[in-house]
Amino acid sequence: MGYTEEELKQDLENKEYEFGFVTNVESDKVAPGLNEEVIRTISQKKNEPDWLLDFRLKAFKIWQKKAEPEWAHVDYEKPDFQSISYYSAPKQKKELKSLDEVDPEILKTMDRLGISLEEQKRLSGVAVDFVLDSVSVATSFKEKLGELGIIFCSFSEAVQEHPELVRKYLGTVVPTTDNFYAALNSAVFTDGSFCYIPKGVRCPMELSTYFRINEAGTGQFERTLVVADKESYVSYLEGCTAPQRDENQLHAAVVELIALDDAEIKYSTVQNWYPGDKEGKGGVFNFVTKRGVCHKNSKISWTQVETGSAVTWKYPSCILKGDNSIGEFYSVAVTNNLQQADTGTKMIHIGRNTSSTIISKGISSGKSQNSYRGLVKIAKSAQGARNFSQCDSLLMTDTSGAHTFPYIECENASAKIEHEATTSKIGEDQIFYCLQRGIDEEKAISLIVNGYAKEVLNKLPMEFAVEAQKLLEISLEGSIG
Amino acid sequence: MLEIKELRAEIAGKEILKGINLSVGAGEVHAVMGPNGSGKSTLSAVLAGRDDYEVTGGEVVYQGKDLLDMDPEERAWEGVFLAFQYPVEIPGVSNLNFLKAAINCKREHLGQEPISAKEFLGMVKEKSKLVELDSKLANRAVNEGFSGGEKKRNEIFQMAMLEPSLSLLDETDSGLDIDALRIVANGVNTLKSSNTATVVVTHYQRLLDYIVPDYVHVLFDGRIVKTGGKELALELEEKGYDWIKNEQVEV
Repeated sequence: MGYTEEELKQDLENKEYEFGFVTNVESDKVAPGLNEEVIRTISQKKNEPDWLLDFRLKAFKIWQKKAEPEWAHVDYEKPDFQSISYYSAPKQKKELKSLDEVDPEILKTMDRLGISLEEQKRLSGVAVDFVLDSVSVATSFKEKLGELGIIFCSFSEAVQEHPELVRKYLGTVVPTTDNFYAALNSAVFTDGSFCYIPKGVRCPMELSTYFRINEAGTGQFERTLVVADKESYVSYLEGCTAPQRDENQLHAAVVELIALDDAEIKYSTVQNWYPGDKEGKGGVFNFVTKRGVCHKNSKISWTQVETGSAVTWKYPSCILKGDNSIGEFYSVAVTNNLQQADTGTKMIHIGRNTSSTIISKGISSGKSQNSYRGLVKIAKSAQGARNFSQCDSLLMTDTSGAHTFPYIECENASAKIEHEATTSKIGEDQIFYCLQRGIDEEKAISLIVNGYAKEVLNKLPMEFAVEAQKLLEISLEGSIG
Repeated sequence: MLEIKELRAEIAGKEILKGINLSVGAGEVHAVMGPNGSGKSTLSAVLAGRDDYEVTGGEVVYQGKDLLDMDPEERAWEGVFLAFQYPVEIPGVSNLNFLKAAINCKREHLGQEPISAKEFLGMVKEKSKLVELDSKLANRAVNEGFSGGEKKRNEIFQMAMLEPSLSLLDETDSGLDIDALRIVANGVNTLKSSNTATVVVTHYQRLLDYIVPDYVHVLFDGRIVKTGGKELALELEEKGYDWIKNEQVEV
């Protein structure tokens, strides 16, 4: 039978955030507050070398001098950085040798998130690194990757096992001085993922990391570093969820990608942090710095599906340093209820004949605000650079907002820059056409939205595309206004 | 199959349908003709359940059920199909995906299993021949970038796929050249059976050369003012609608 609008609304309001559960594992948590002592404690707990402690302390000093950025089109109560606990790790008795030794509660969590590592081991050929709160708890498929010389492990492990690589690349793409949150992350990051693909190797499977904030009153500050050596290829996936909590949780990650000559990195994110309830209570503040550098003839491709978080501030960017290098950014950002997103990219053209493509699809529902903010910068040296940008916004309700802030800086007259932007409202005609064919309203919205976002969804690896479509459906259920 | 009694409907406070009476039996083809603004498109929209229109009186019984009490998608599940005068574009959604969703929604409603890929593709192959629809069009996004003729052919293709009991064709002939008109009409004629009924809403007679109606109704100022056989359409074509208007004024 058909849904009445009232039933729909009720259904939506009752719709629980699917990943809002809490895992009961004992955790080793540092008291809230941020000072040099806390940073030293983190570093010590992780048995880090001196150079890394220095890196942290320098970043901390820089952070103290920086102010929180206020230029984004978002409005929120600033986090109290002294009330956050900067380290929380599941207590583990000893080092883990196999999955059997992982705390069953954690395994259960993974199950509920739909990432049964066992299943994945057998079936899908996706290597997974799982980061709970701040610490990486399990990395699958390590041995098989090891045979090819691929390193895929938690960041802490990389610091212990491959300090030379970490030291060489850490902070080279996103310097500690870059911005307030990047400086904070550099000072207090506790774990994350590290990946290195050796020269000429094509990584045979998708590498995947799942991030999850579990403990109350903690922030998550993970660090991801992906290095693709010359002529190598890797596709990297990242997924995020968090329990449903009334207070806001802070997530300030830094992701650095390095594509050396002729290498290619494909980085896909499905971000589904808890968005807060319909009155805007709770939810994750997602303040993330993601950037990649492209050397000669290399390519970095960012694809993101953003459906979660109360506030998103995120601009995955490419520095096209090498000649003929390519940067791509494909994004679908959905906001509902009182969510706010300010997201986009920066494409910095430095090398000759560099090219970049930006496809951004915003979908705003409820009373949410959704902004695209992007910079295309063509340096003097970037002879023959090209950019194509397309920024589309889809409004689902009269009370939501869509904004586009494109910035173009061009210092080379040979550059070719194209920018297209559209704003449309989901059509009653389209909905009625679907209804008349027997497609109910929920399904109709999902069809129309998926069609609208198709160019971006098509860029996702298979395993993720299905998940992303499902997420879009859930995020927008009953949201037509 | 369809019994319309004293149907009244308005949009934004303006009454468009002022008491329509129409009875359509299984196996019949009815043509509803009339000048612009007489309420032809409103009638098909109201029957399909478009909520821009408010029904202010009368009743519509379809296969023994109260049609006006059903949501648009329920009407579709019960076999009501509307071929749109202006088919809507849905960017990024392939025609086939769209039809599969439509078929499976209906099947779910009827408690049936979803259609198998094999069965579905077999149907597509068979039905697209009916309206000479290029297989490339079937894979393209719904009506996106289609020519006027392609859109109308696509409507009839969808009709063939969904196998309705009652088909409402709203000005399907508008914007069609003579070849496309023949193809569309041929599709409609092939789909006709003793269990289905068709209501053709049109301004011009020429479509009726190809889809021959059992009854012709003239709609004027929200009422059916004249009913006859197929020869009435010819008379209208010859004399124009002014003849009806004058007759009405005299009354």
